[in-house]
Formats: sequence, C-alpha cells, structure tokens
Amino acid sequence: MAHAYTPGLRVTPYTVLRRSRRLPMKGLVLARVGETVHREQVVARTELPGNVRTMNVVNRLGIAADELHTFMLKKEGDSVQKGEAIAASRPLIKWFKTTVEAEVDGVVESISAVTGQVLLREPPLPVEVLAYVDGSIVEVLADEGVVVETRGAFVQGIFGVGGEAYGPLHVLSDAPGQDLTVEMIDAGCAGRTIVGTGLVTHAVIDKARQVGAAGIIGGGMHDSDLRILLGYDLGVAITGAEDIGLTVIVTEGFGRIAMARRTFDILRACHGRQASLSGATQIRAGVMRPEIIVPDLGGAPPIAEKDATHGEGMREGDPLRVIRAPYFGHIGKVGRLIAELQKVESGASVRVLEVEFEDSSRAVVPRANVELIEE
Amino acid sequence: MSKLDVVIATDCGSTTTKAILIERQGDIYRQTCRGEAPTTVEAPFEDVTRGVLNAIQEIEELSGRQILDGERIITPAEGNRGVDIYISTSSAGGGLQMMVAGVVGSMTGESAQRCALGAGAIVMDVLAANDGRLPHEKIERIRHLRPDMVLLSGGTDGGTISHVVELAEYIAAADPRPRFGTGFELPVIFAGNRDAQSEVERVLGSKTALHLTENIRPVLERENLGPARHVIHDLFLEHVMAQAPGYRELMAWTGAPIMPTPAAVGQIMQTIARRQGINVLGVDIGGATTDVFSVFTVIGDDGVSAEPVFNRTVSANLGMSYSISNVLAEATMPNVVRWLPVDIDEADLRDRIKNKMIRPTTIPHMLEELQIEHAVAREALRLALVQHRELAVGLKGVQTERTLSDAFEQSGSGDSLIDMMSLDLLVGSGGVLSHAPRRSQTAAMLIDAFQPEGVTQLAVDSIFMMPHLGVLASVDEKAATDVFERDCIVYLGTCVAPVGDGKVKAGEPCATYELTIDGAAGGATRGTLGYGALDLIPLAEGVEADLILRPNRGWNVGAGAGQELRTRVRGGVVGLVLDGRGRPLDIPEDLEARRRSLTAWNQALELYDDSGEEA
Repeated sequence: MAHAYTPGLRVTPYTVLRRSRRLPMKGLVLARVGETVHREQVVARTELPGNVRTMNVVNRLGIAADELHTFMLKKEGDSVQKGEAIAASRPLIKWFKTTVEAEVDGVVESISAVTGQVLLREPPLPVEVLAYVDGSIVEVLADEGVVVETRGAFVQGIFGVGGEAYGPLHVLSDAPGQDLTVEMIDAGCAGRTIVGTGLVTHAVIDKARQVGAAGIIGGGMHDSDLRILLGYDLGVAITGAEDIGLTVIVTEGFGRIAMARRTFDILRACHGRQASLSGATQIRAGVMRPEIIVPDLGGAPPIAEKDATHGEGMREGDPLRVIRAPYFGHIGKVGRLIAELQKVESGASVRVLEVEFEDSSRAVVPRANVELIEE
Repeated sequence: MSKLDVVIATDCGSTTTKAILIERQGDIYRQTCRGEAPTTVEAPFEDVTRGVLNAIQEIEELSGRQILDGERIITPAEGNRGVDIYISTSSAGGGLQMMVAGVVGSMTGESAQRCALGAGAIVMDVLAANDGRLPHEKIERIRHLRPDMVLLSGGTDGGTISHVVELAEYIAAADPRPRFGTGFELPVIFAGNRDAQSEVERVLGSKTALHLTENIRPVLERENLGPARHVIHDLFLEHVMAQAPGYRELMAWTGAPIMPTPAAVGQIMQTIARRQGINVLGVDIGGATTDVFSVFTVIGDDGVSAEPVFNRTVSANLGMSYSISNVLAEATMPNVVRWLPVDIDEADLRDRIKNKMIRPTTIPHMLEELQIEHAVAREALRLALVQHRELAVGLKGVQTERTLSDAFEQSGSGDSLIDMMSLDLLVGSGGVLSHAPRRSQTAAMLIDAFQPEGVTQLAVDSIFMMPHLGVLASVDEKAATDVFERDCIVYLGTCVAPVGDGKVKAGEPCATYELTIDGAAGGATRGTLGYGALDLIPLAEGVEADLILRPNRGWNVGAGAGQELRTRVRGGVVGLVLDGRGRPLDIPEDLEARRRSLTAWNQALELYDDSGEEA
C-alpha cells in the first residue's frame, strides 16, 4: 500500500551534499574529478548563440524579394561589422544609389528570397557556471558540467527570492522570534549573510541592500513586503532569477513567524563562517527549496546525504512543525498517530495526528498540515 | 478486440498515478476498484513504470485479482487472473507544452491555439505576424520558452506565402531546443497554406524535425483541426513521451496509444455530448491549472444543420495551490473577499494565500480557511470561464450575410459559442470541487462561478476518472459511457436560474414553479421564487420530476422572456436549486448587506454548519 508521507525541510548541522552544476547547453568542462574547487571558481563554460537581428532589405531597396540575391554584397556565412554595407541598389545614376548597412556586428545567417529578410546573428554570448560551494569534483558530466561534493551545515528554507550568493553568516539575534530592525543593519553587514529569527520587513531588506549585504535570512515575511520588494505580485512560486541586489530566504513562511529553534541553533553555531546560499524556489514537480550551505571540509567523516523521498513516514516522537492555521508555525512532535478519519472544524473528514507542542499542550491536526523537521 | 471484460487504466499525473479497474457485470461495465501511488518520473526513481506497478499492486490487494506477473501485466483475462487491456493517460512532467504560430493572431493564430489545446497541450505563447512584437522579440521568446513542439500555421490554401515563411524563418533563427532530450531536434508541425510547404521545408527541414500536414484553416470559413491534432498526438508519443523516463516501456504495455490527460478528458466529454445529444461544459480545477472543456451544438449557416463543436482551454496559472496567489493577483482582492461572510484583514489574507502556495498540500482545518479557499475557487473558475469564452468562438474573419434581425442582435463572426442558457450539463472536477466537505458547497461554487442560466444539470467527477474513460472511449465507447454514468460522476442536482432585466426589488417574484416528482404522493409542489433568493427543494439522486416554470414579465427560463417552460429535471445529492439572484449575479456592494445575503444563501443550501456566519 502507498502510505502518506509528509516531506519536511532538511535542517542538519553536518552532512554530505552534492550539487550538480550544469550548463544550459553543451560546452567546455573546466574541472577534473578529484579537483578541489572554490565556490566562485568557473567549472564550465559555453557560448550561447548570439541574438538575431532581422533586416528587411527588399523594403529598403525597393526591390522584389526574389531579386534580393542579386543586390546582396554579402552571402550567407559572411562576417559583417556594424555599418558595413551588406546590400546596395544599382541605379543608372550613382547619385541615387541606396546602401543597406549592417545594424550590428555578426554573421549573415540567412538571406530569404521569399520574405526579403536578411538575418544577422550577433556574436555568441559567453556563459559560465561557478562551483557554487567549496568542495571537490566527484563527477564530470561530459560537455555539460560537474557534480561538486561538500560537507557541512545545511538548512533548507521554505521560500526565497534572488539567486546564488556568498557571504559569511552574521547572526543578529540571540533567540528565535526576534524581528530584525533597520537599526541592527549597519556597515558591518557588508558582504555578509544577515540572520534574523523573526519577521523580515521590506525596510530591513532595503537597508541590507544599501549596506551591500550578500543575503538576509529570517523566520517569515509579509506578502505585502514581498510585493514592494519585487515590484509586482508574485503569482506562481518560481523564483531565483530576481535582480534585487541580494538573496532573501525565509525559513518558516509568510507572516510574523519565529524561526524553528533547531534551525536557529545551527545557523548560530555557524556565525562568521562562509556560506553559499540560493533563493531559488520552485513548488511544482521537481520541488526546489532555497538553501543555506556552510561548508566544513575539515569536519568529521561524512554521513551519506539522506533523500527526503526515501523517508519512512511519520513515527511517534518525530519533531515537526505545523504549517497551517490555527497552529501555524508551532513546533512540536508527533504525539499519537490516529488511524481513523476524524472530522475537523472545516467539516472535512481527514487523517489526523495528535501533536505534542513544546509547552506540553496537545492538539489534533490534519496530517497534511504538519511537516517533519528532517535531520 | 475479441473480448473486453476486464480493463486496467492508469492516469500518470505530475504527483500521483491513479489506477482503476473496470469489469463487465452482465451487460454493463462498472468501475470496481481504484488504487494510487506516487508518480515516479523524477529522481530518485526516474521510471514512470514504478508508480504504475505500485498503483496496480494496490488494486490487486483490494480486488483479489492477480494482474501482475512480476513486472508484466497479464493479458488476456482468465477467471480471476489478468486483464484484457491496459490503457493509460499521462500529464507527468508538466504535460505537453506547445508554442503555436499563425499569420493573423485572431484567425489562423486562434485556430492553431484551438488545435493545440484540443490535443491536450498547454499553449505557452501564440506568435503571429501581427502580434505587435519586433522580430528579435519573437525570436528571443521562442528560444526562451523551449516548448515540446511548435505548431506553425498561417495562410489559407492559395493565400499568403511570405508571411508564413517569415514565421518559419524566426523559428529557424531561434534554433530552439526541445525541453527533453538535449540531442534531439525540436518537432515542428506545419499545418498552413499548402503552397508554402516547400519553402517552409527549405527553411526548417534541416534545423528541426519538421512534419507537414493538412492546413488547419484551408479556407477562412472552415477549420480543419483533426489532421494536425493527430500529428500532435503522434509526436507527443514519439518525441515527448519517449524522452520521459520509463515511458518507452510503458508504451509497450498499453493496448491503445497513451493520451495526454486533458485530451482524454475532452474525448469523454465529446462522447457523452454526442451520445446524449446535449451541450456539456466541464471544468477541472487543479493545483496549478484549470482546464475548461465545452461541447456546444452550433447551427450551420443554412439554419438547419447542427454540429457539436468541442473546445478546450487551459488557464495555465489559475489553480488552488501552486497558482493560488496568481488567482488573487488576477481576480483582485475585492473580488475574492466579496464571497466571504466573515471579516478578514487583507494583509492576513494575503499571507494565508501565500502560505498555501508554498505549502500546497495543506488542507483547511478551520471553517474560515475553508471559506477562503472556496472564495478563491469561485474566482479561479470564473476567470477560467472568461478565458474559455474568449477562445470558444465562431471563426473570425468570415464574411457572413447579415439579416436585419442579426444586426439588432449584434451577432457576427467571432461570437462566443458558450451560451449558458442552452447548457444542459455542467461537470466539475478537481480537488476543491471533488473533496469539498459537503456536496452543496461544490454546487454553490459551480453556480456562483459559472452562473448557469435556465435549467442546468450539475455533476461532479468525484475521483477524477474522466481521463481513464476518455482513453477507454477510444477503445470501447459503451464501456466508457457505462462507467461514466454509473460510477464516474455524482449528480448534484439541477439548477434553475431565471434571467431577467434586474429591474425589480429584492423579494419580488421572478418566477413561479410547479414540481411533480415521479411516483411521489401528494401531487405537485408549488412555489414562487423571489428576486435575490436562493431556495433548495429536495430531489434525491436517481429521482426525476416534471417541472413547470412560469417566469414573470421580463424574465426568461429558456423558452423566451415571460414564456412558460415545461421540462424534466433530474435530482441529485444536493437537490433542485432555485436561483433567483439574477444574471449576472447581483451581490450587494454594501458590506453589511452583502454579509446578510451571503449568510442567507449559505443557509439556504446548508453550506456550512453554522451557516457561515462566524467561524
């Protein structure tokens, strides 16, 4: 029988991680298996085909499309420079000669006698892939990239914006649930990853951006602040490409929510250490969560990375967080797994469990509304 | 096929693979068992057959029938062992994603869009020579989107060549790569002006996997979508499915071609509409997308011939979990809160909706949370229907002779085919409709969002079996319709909604009714439907009744303004809903008045335990 499984976010002080670093298309891999790499080291490189510029030459020369070839000064495959003549009319009086000049540097890609268009391809655009984490290469993906392995602390957030960033952790709270304030952000945050444990507001993010912080991590944020930060209402949770000047990660969700104690303890223990972070979030098939990786390559022997999809389901005593009202954000553990369907306040009959909260109080909540805190 | 007694069917969705067992019992087919398992297209399994086998194993355990011999499906059935056929649909990996192109956006562009949508695709973008974008913007767009395939149309036969070739040149210049299989060429289907075929072949033949087929718009007055749709299905199997992990093996197991899930749903809708001679509107609201299907009979230009026209649209970013924030963004906050009988702080509501987006598998625990989801669902459904109306239209650009009465009716080419007054059956499907704690909530969401007019039957696909039945219909129509009628849909009842000019005060009568239930003692039930009221009359599932409706002056129930209508109505788990709220639905703008109305409507349909007043 298939069993219900509620995957949680991984939060662990020490693990082995592998990250696949791929080019968007085939190219050159610059690192070898066994090589030690630095997070900002280029491990693969390629060139994307350049942009295409279309030029309607027949209109400019006032000729028919099927005559185009006889008026072209360049043929397909020829290199051209911006301003160079590519086609010209041949009037009886030279005075009336019309010349069409290349609008960009590039190569003549096609000359169409049907549409009268000439397509110029601009020079290719270089694309580089960085190692992203300090570690070593364990696999080369032929012509595509590498797999980097690292060891260290690993914290998955629930939602983030902004791409990959690097900066030592700078923990500004001494307990979970402390909101960051603008006054706490100063020049000392430049180049660092600021860690708060409560609400992160737009004002705080803006200040962090002004002082040049690499990233900012908090327990929760309001959707209204996210809207101001992005300049639009985020409709679908596919993020990571936002150009907002820094990377923002929240570990619990939207609203004023305290960071889980375990997450805080791990981040605090890593205060001052270099972190690689990514805000990329994707919540559809192929779930991707934002992450904070703090490598510790000199640490103890590795423990193999556990894959969330290999979990064995909930067991009594497992740590969890409730992820929906009325106990949203509360941390506890599995008290009792109740087999029978139970009717909850909404009127739905659902599978439930009893949760024992940190203050020893207990409540029955739908199983779908809790997630395990994975180590 | 010689014998069809036992069928196993699966639908491989993005997250769950659902299997059903169908068995012949005497002369009819019934769905007897169902099982499900997580879909295994992605890491760490990367083999869709794992999930299929797991789902089938669950059916084996529940039914006691041995279906698998190791990892092989036993065929044919003998006694309590094996099945006669295995069939499947698939939407795993994000379904079929296409880009379409046509010369004029509102003509061949729209035809291409209808063609791709009807084949079960998500249309990522519509390129047109007149879409206002600069050439380099079009090229960038093609390159950026990485579709599974491209449908290029344009030009009637004998019409423009240069505009079509221009579009082909943009596609060639973009040099697009397919989403799956880095070493493969992108499939491109050319279904435009046949005179442009050789030029298109010259431009695209060496750069893409080009397939030529019949023009989807050979003349302005006619669409010919069938041949291109067949090519899309073939290429879906050859190029898209075959690249997904494990599908090659799965394709070898099935006794009929694997269909894209939405194409299969469209198939069963068309089968039901044709066999029962009715107009059908169906909606499937998922976590990420909402599909709307319709089959409406269109009267030909001669005024006599009638032809059912099928349309499907997919609203790619209207859904109840992954896309729930987008519903709020598109519908706007006032439109969502107008359905809520409770006061909720706007900032808090925004946070709650975002939290549902980032944790899509959670369910409402509190009544207030359920009401929020139902409010959002009404808006998602409403917007999906708006998009469907825009695409399900008559052919644009067609010259028609107009009579004086046409001129008064303002009808013409490009009018929507969706006429709610002539709709016979409205079917809902998808988590928020199928799993609502009460069926009356499902009925209320469908009525509020779609606002059916006149007399309309309501139903819900309770366990999302329509995809399986769609592909079964391609093998055996009778088996598919048997199961559809008996096991697939749950009849909610019938909605009666007079349409009027709205120039009446609340409570004033808009129609009187007389209901005579088959076999019931005591004669007819008579009553008056007041403007603004919502009434529920019990009419159980499987029970039918004669209904006489006498609308007041200015009101129409289907026979014309003020005209009496005599009809048969069918009961359901909810009953007969009399909706006197007018069309479009009149929701008071004043907060207190709106709350009173919503509470009264909720109480009338017994939607929530405490009538939805306070959670």
